[in-house]
Amino acid sequence: MADGIKDKVAIIGMGCTKFGERWESSAEDLAVEAFVECLADAGIDKQELQAAYIGTHFDEVNVGKAAVPIAVALKLPYIPATRTENYCATATEAFRAAVYSVASGVYDIVLALGVEKLKDTGYGGLPGGGGMGVMGRMVGANATAPGLFAQLATAYGARWDVPMDKIKDAIAHISAKSHANGALNPKAHLRKVISEDQIKAAPMIAYPLGLFDCCGVSDGSAAAIVTTPEIAKSLKKNQDIVKVKALQICVSSGEESIHNTWDGSHFVTTRKAATKAYEEAGIKNPRDEVSMCEVHDCFSITEFVTMEDLHLSAKGGVYDDVMNGFYDLDGQVPCQVDGGLKCFGHPIGASGLRMIYAMYEQILDRVPEERKVKNARIGLTHNLGGSPASNVAAISIIGKD
Amino acid sequence: MIGLCTYGGYVPRYRLNRGIAYGAMSWINPANIANAKGEKAVANFDEDSLTMAVAAGIDALKGIDRSTVEGLYFASTTMPYKERLNSGIITTALGLNDNIRAADFGGGIKAGTTALLSALEGVESKRINNIVVTVSDSRLGKPASPQELVFGDAAASFLVGDENVIAEFKGSYSITYDFGDHFRGQNAKYDRQWEDRWIRDLGFDRFVPEVVNGLMSKYGLKVTDFAKVIYPCHYPAARRKLNKILDISPEAEQSNFQAEIGETGTPQSLIMLISALEEANPGDKILVVSFGSGCDALYFEVTDNIKKLNSRDGISGCLANRADLDNYTKYLVWRDILPVEGGLRSEEDLWTRWSALWRSRKTVLGLWGGKCKKCGTAQFPAQKICVNPNCGAVDQMEQIRYSDKIGHIASYTGDMLSASLNPPAIYGQIEFEGGGKFLFDLTDCDLDSLQTGTPVTMSFRRKYYDKIREISGYFWKAVPVKEGE
Repeated sequence: MADGIKDKVAIIGMGCTKFGERWESSAEDLAVEAFVECLADAGIDKQELQAAYIGTHFDEVNVGKAAVPIAVALKLPYIPATRTENYCATATEAFRAAVYSVASGVYDIVLALGVEKLKDTGYGGLPGGGGMGVMGRMVGANATAPGLFAQLATAYGARWDVPMDKIKDAIAHISAKSHANGALNPKAHLRKVISEDQIKAAPMIAYPLGLFDCCGVSDGSAAAIVTTPEIAKSLKKNQDIVKVKALQICVSSGEESIHNTWDGSHFVTTRKAATKAYEEAGIKNPRDEVSMCEVHDCFSITEFVTMEDLHLSAKGGVYDDVMNGFYDLDGQVPCQVDGGLKCFGHPIGASGLRMIYAMYEQILDRVPEERKVKNARIGLTHNLGGSPASNVAAISIIGKD
Repeated sequence: MIGLCTYGGYVPRYRLNRGIAYGAMSWINPANIANAKGEKAVANFDEDSLTMAVAAGIDALKGIDRSTVEGLYFASTTMPYKERLNSGIITTALGLNDNIRAADFGGGIKAGTTALLSALEGVESKRINNIVVTVSDSRLGKPASPQELVFGDAAASFLVGDENVIAEFKGSYSITYDFGDHFRGQNAKYDRQWEDRWIRDLGFDRFVPEVVNGLMSKYGLKVTDFAKVIYPCHYPAARRKLNKILDISPEAEQSNFQAEIGETGTPQSLIMLISALEEANPGDKILVVSFGSGCDALYFEVTDNIKKLNSRDGISGCLANRADLDNYTKYLVWRDILPVEGGLRSEEDLWTRWSALWRSRKTVLGLWGGKCKKCGTAQFPAQKICVNPNCGAVDQMEQIRYSDKIGHIASYTGDMLSASLNPPAIYGQIEFEGGGKFLFDLTDCDLDSLQTGTPVTMSFRRKYYDKIREISGYFWKAVPVKEGE
């Protein structure tokens, strides 16, 4: 009988580049940068890696298809290397594959690495249309990511009878909080403190989302090396061992996009994945037991509804938690402690591992006092790929005993 | 009895005040002030003659079982395809049967009445029971040309048959001349014309009386026998003269909608016919004359059935549903007259995969979805495996048409990032009455006017224009139902 992933795999090393408009760095350069930091943190030699899972998303820019280009860039020693791709949850998929391969007993030490080079498109936002598939090109709306997620706001307002100006207040607070956190982080892409008034006055991108409701489009890479808890203890005698507590992924079934059972105001997938993740991790009351989280704040409204979907805020009640500072850095469950996608940045194929990196460095007490989460024991990451109507929700929980 | 069984009209929502267009270009052609009065109907950026023909066809087929239609004729001088049967796209969009006769009529702008005559005489032959005729144009004049101000966009459609005839076809008379008043060559985008005085004094003054008198003598009638006399001529002085020559009383003259729509080309006299039918009484005789490389004259007599025709947009309904296009450069960009920087995002290759379109034609062009035979769940697109999680039946879809369903906006946005010629790109999730839901582009609306719950109808639109292969691709968009409709 399967009993889940809890405490079966440990993280012994992580690396993360500075995210941003890395005009002088290729995807390969970025991957090497994260990889070198990760290897040094793990304290192992490259020859000890037995397998690698490489996450990349856009074929239109970046490195093209397959794991081969990055395996070549890293000069991996003729080990199995496999590409993972699942929209914006790509890096969590790489992590999950690495963790499961260790848990299966097939390998002892495995690399997960995600990388994305977005800033070779020549324009803002994500690369367009190529990935829609033949049918999508014929019947898909003329949509971009901001517009697909923006609809959460109109649907949430209709579902809970919340006026748009109240939603705008809350999502402005969300973005201001992430900007404040990002400003403290030298690896973050966007490092300016921005006021709620500035946020609300910004040019409209997709109603009701303005410029500051949208996350950074960034280049970057993040990596993790995972192994068994026993090997971790032998390698890291004087350090807390960070173990995987839960890994859950939930993928849309088509009900949200074409069945009349979903009102568009929340993520069906996130709710289901969160329930299973808490069960897997043995968490009874997430609001009290989760120390901190990194959620998929591609847009401020996504973070807004996600806090309910993660069962941290009551359904229909996130407005009060946001406005009361529950998710601020000094709040009860700090959220986006490194700046989030909003300010740390969002290189698609790297983001899931960047989130885990943010939790890892807090759990190991490696961050300066000014951005430290008190008693950081259990960190949750929520990595979402696709659109609200059709997506993959990936939740990881890591922690120390 | 053979004749018109129904009618349907379409005038695009946007109207350009001619004074605005004249004001922008008067520096080079001040004499164009003679054409600067009133407004012209302008197809939206996602409309062309074919989409307007579909819209008029939908109006004409209100209350008609579409599986009973046996033919479709499309007339236009601005068809989007030179090769690929345009009327074949329309039959698919309207959800008509596959075993149907379809043909495109083009060339001169009297092609609209010629298509109608062909349909009437086809039904008269008893070899075919009914034919939809849909006629549409979107002609372009160069900036500062008279045609730019004079022309307007619209479509007219009729179901021709022998059951429930509202206007009996009594006869016709035709003349054909190679008269080069207006012309466009093989690759011409813009209309060219010869001198107005020649068109007016030789063309209208000679041809219209010739065809009218020809019909009168053929059937032993006089013009005063007709309740309405319809002929397309946008020159006010020429109209006055013709009315006098032909003894057309002010009551019998039918407005040409020059101040509201413009000279629409092939559908012109048919739009006027629809408007006449909207006001007609049983027993009225109506004379319809077209003009362009000659003339067709058609003689109808309105029957008692006119009183039983169910409600439809027609021309009056479309005229009431209007919005200002208060921006001349937007008009130029929509018609691809003014090159515009749409951003790198707009430079994507918009190919058509013909084999994929073929197998999904019912979904893409016809907006057919599915209804599960096992659990009754309606879904768009039709699924191999029923989307109802409590059902999941495999290959149990019966086809249902979504194009005539009412939907409601469940969520929406206006997107400034998407490449669009009418930003923001508005789209949202539409929930259909009776089940089914899909993310659709919204059109013919303003973001500020929307709210969740707003009802929508579906409209066949140009989804993209492939600049490399110079062809259009089509799909359906949602149009919010305006107040009062």
